[in-house]
Amino acid sequence: MKQYILRRLGYSLLSLVLLSLTIFLFIRLTGDPTTLLTEPGASAADIEAVRHRLGLDLPLWKQYAVFVFSLLRGDLGDSFYYQTPVFELYFSRLPNSLTLAIAAMGFSLVLGIPSGILASVRVGRFWDNAGKIFALLGLSVPSFLVGLLMILFFSVYLQWLPSSGTGGISHLLMPAFALGWYFAAAHMRMTRSSMLEVLGSEYVKLARLKGLPESMVIAKHAFKNALIPVLTLAGINLIQMINVAVVVETVFAWPGIGRLLYEGVSFRDFPVVQGIVIMGGAMIVATNLLVDIVYATIDPRIRMEK
Amino acid sequence: MAPLIELRNVSTHYVSQRGTRVVRAVEDVSFSLNAGQTLGIVGESGSGKSTLALTLLRVLPTAARIAGGQILLEGDDLVPKDEEEMRRIRGKKIAMILQDPMASLNPLFTIGDQVGEPIRLHEGASRKEAWRRAIDLLKAVRIPAAETRVRQYPHEMSGGMRQRIVGAIGISCEPRLLIADEPTTSLDLTIQAQYLKLLRDLQEEHKLGLIFITHNLGIVAKMCDLLVVMYAGRVVESGPVSRVFNTPYHPYTEALLQSIPRMSDTRERLTAIDGQPPDMSALPLGCAFAARCPKVFDRCRKEAPPEFSPEEGRIARCWLPIQAAGEAQP
Amino acid sequence: MSATSAIRPTPSVAARLGDVPIFPVAVLAFITLVAIFADFLAPHDPQFGNLAERFRPPFWIAGGSIKHALGTDHLGRDVLSRLIFGARVSLVVGFTAVIFAGVVGTVLGILSGYLGGWVDQVVMRIVDTWLALPALTFAIFLAAIVGPSEMNIVIILGAVYWTRYARIVRGEVLSLKEREFVRLAIVAGASKFTIMRRHILPNVVNSAIVLASLMLGVVIVAEASLSFLGVGVPPPKPAWGVMLSDGKQGLMVGYWWLTVMPGVAIALLVLSANLLGDWLRVKLDPQLRQL
Repeated sequence: MKQYILRRLGYSLLSLVLLSLTIFLFIRLTGDPTTLLTEPGASAADIEAVRHRLGLDLPLWKQYAVFVFSLLRGDLGDSFYYQTPVFELYFSRLPNSLTLAIAAMGFSLVLGIPSGILASVRVGRFWDNAGKIFALLGLSVPSFLVGLLMILFFSVYLQWLPSSGTGGISHLLMPAFALGWYFAAAHMRMTRSSMLEVLGSEYVKLARLKGLPESMVIAKHAFKNALIPVLTLAGINLIQMINVAVVVETVFAWPGIGRLLYEGVSFRDFPVVQGIVIMGGAMIVATNLLVDIVYATIDPRIRMEK
Repeated sequence: MAPLIELRNVSTHYVSQRGTRVVRAVEDVSFSLNAGQTLGIVGESGSGKSTLALTLLRVLPTAARIAGGQILLEGDDLVPKDEEEMRRIRGKKIAMILQDPMASLNPLFTIGDQVGEPIRLHEGASRKEAWRRAIDLLKAVRIPAAETRVRQYPHEMSGGMRQRIVGAIGISCEPRLLIADEPTTSLDLTIQAQYLKLLRDLQEEHKLGLIFITHNLGIVAKMCDLLVVMYAGRVVESGPVSRVFNTPYHPYTEALLQSIPRMSDTRERLTAIDGQPPDMSALPLGCAFAARCPKVFDRCRKEAPPEFSPEEGRIARCWLPIQAAGEAQP
Repeated sequence: MSATSAIRPTPSVAARLGDVPIFPVAVLAFITLVAIFADFLAPHDPQFGNLAERFRPPFWIAGGSIKHALGTDHLGRDVLSRLIFGARVSLVVGFTAVIFAGVVGTVLGILSGYLGGWVDQVVMRIVDTWLALPALTFAIFLAAIVGPSEMNIVIILGAVYWTRYARIVRGEVLSLKEREFVRLAIVAGASKFTIMRRHILPNVVNSAIVLASLMLGVVIVAEASLSFLGVGVPPPKPAWGVMLSDGKQGLMVGYWWLTVMPGVAIALLVLSANLLGDWLRVKLDPQLRQL
């Protein structure tokens, strides 16, 4: 177990190194990154100062060392627009993103899991086909479009819900639906296939042979087992939600990380853009590590693998 | 007195979603078994043995349906019963042990919960009472340290132990009939022998009817009173084990018997049956075994033989005994 | 039973065509034709409008006229004409990005899987790392570096999405490598390059095509998202994502057609692409059903 975790940890570190290298090289790809990394309209002296601080006059590998060491210190540079460290800015927005992601997740699970179960126990029949159409729509109608159409209907036409900003639950409903929409479809598909697999298992057959009513076979024996992969996916998706929320947050002016990214792009505030990519990648690497470890604790077969 | 279980012309068919293709997985099967007796059902994989077992309990995949016949449990037909009535029979009067002990236990529940589940379900026992009975059952199937084992999860058990636990679940409500589907295929030989002995002891103790589904005729010879040989969904031969072993009427049975290894055997190689089992969705017009039969003649290819009883208690589905009988009594 | 379905006689061409889902093919064909003949079909210039005629509603609503059948936007540009030219942008960007990503990913996947060793290590580590980057954030980051243009969008989407192909193709190559015909070719003394080109490539093309058809919808949504955020196709080019972004200005005052028209167009295109992709997947490669 210890060895397994250590090996996973090693992989994650390697991923982080490669991640930083990727980001670093892409920024240098255009030749001179000075224009990206200095404020628009900076004086020649300012440019020279930035050049020196980032070590752009040094050889490439030394530049990378400077880059990595500042990352290790938690220094993602300062935002041109806000004039504050990107790191702080990121964490000040994170709670909003998390709120939205959790609400969207709750919504996607409430919609996705029951419909997935229904589709799996009625496989090939009406509810299964209805579920397929629902999933297809979820995967095909982009979230920002869902958001815009909802604003049109609920804010402009019915005037029930506020179209932007934060506040009470009413502010959260539409962005959470728009963001959770795609994931509801994904969770439905996962629940369905996971349930189908479990329903075909020998232990579900044995549960039927014991004389359990079908409702109990599904609720007790099948559902519990089918839930594990769905919840794993949900855990990974929670992190994904924070990172793909950029369009939804832009549509609803929700002040999370996605909105920050949009501002970064609009104001040509490159350190913000760079910081969010790095944090997004690091978060996903960390989640993958966590999922592997949690799986190893749950599944004895992985745990025993020495 | 009515036999414990009697099947009369039972057929189970798989129908494709559009209803265009029908696979006659079990066709026109009849046999009967008394309490305390053991019946062996033998056949190649795909011959319909497992579907037949699931038919008895009416736990069939959605595509399958019972197309006809009667299943009499102590004289009471199960086919017209509704799901709720069937549910009260499953695990209570008829229990079944599935092939794969590794996969038959739910990884998320304790052994005690799973062994005690039918008791709580059918006898309304409390959780505590069910656990106490579960401990007794584990002892009955000779699992050491039963008191600690009930608290553990399936992955903490060896394969042999899980097989016994599945057996314990089978007998938990003292059923009248126990069906065991290839119960020993995944076990090594010593454990296999122990397990078979255990089943026999349980049978004697509880006066169980036992149905053994297997492709191992050696086990049939050791364990069973009656034998049913299936081929392509039909019973091709049945009767008391010793008589069938001595004088098989069907060339398929004969071939199967020749393929059992014997200690006294001096032959270097076993006789294997040439050819493949037929495609179940497109059975030939005549006898399904015709293509592989060493004694095939014209009539076999044109016309499927009916069930025929060449002597008291024996049945064969072959033209050979029918013709022989015809010659003896013109 | 599954064996019997595998040995069914090969269906005739007519039977195979009869299976094609009509709705997505019709929609895709229609949008493609519109994109090709945009210059003839569009009633107005998509990039210039008359400010005096801004925010005109569609013709069936009071104040609208058949002159601007689907209304006009905040600059008085004809929505129908912009939709028609926008189809061209979506399709061109979508297809070229999918093909670009597909070619890069397939080639690297084959090299990685067949050559193994350090090539495999390097390619797969890059794939793992890039897959860990959230796709849209990654694309926005790249767009911020190289700046917006149609060409750059294609390159960016290719750079973000080739990893999906590489991983799947590599997996297939690993199993193909163990197959009889590849071993025979090795024994026969064929060079590595020949084996990859003659024996491996034709066998992974099916999967690559299926994946490409499934990626088409993803890529079109990604392009629309980037354009919506202002880092995709630069205005005044009439991309559907740009139209949605522009439409936000009229949204709160109820100028719904500026949102609904391009929205419906995107949804229809992506839905059709996904339907066709699903169909192809089942048709060409049952093993990819889990994708």
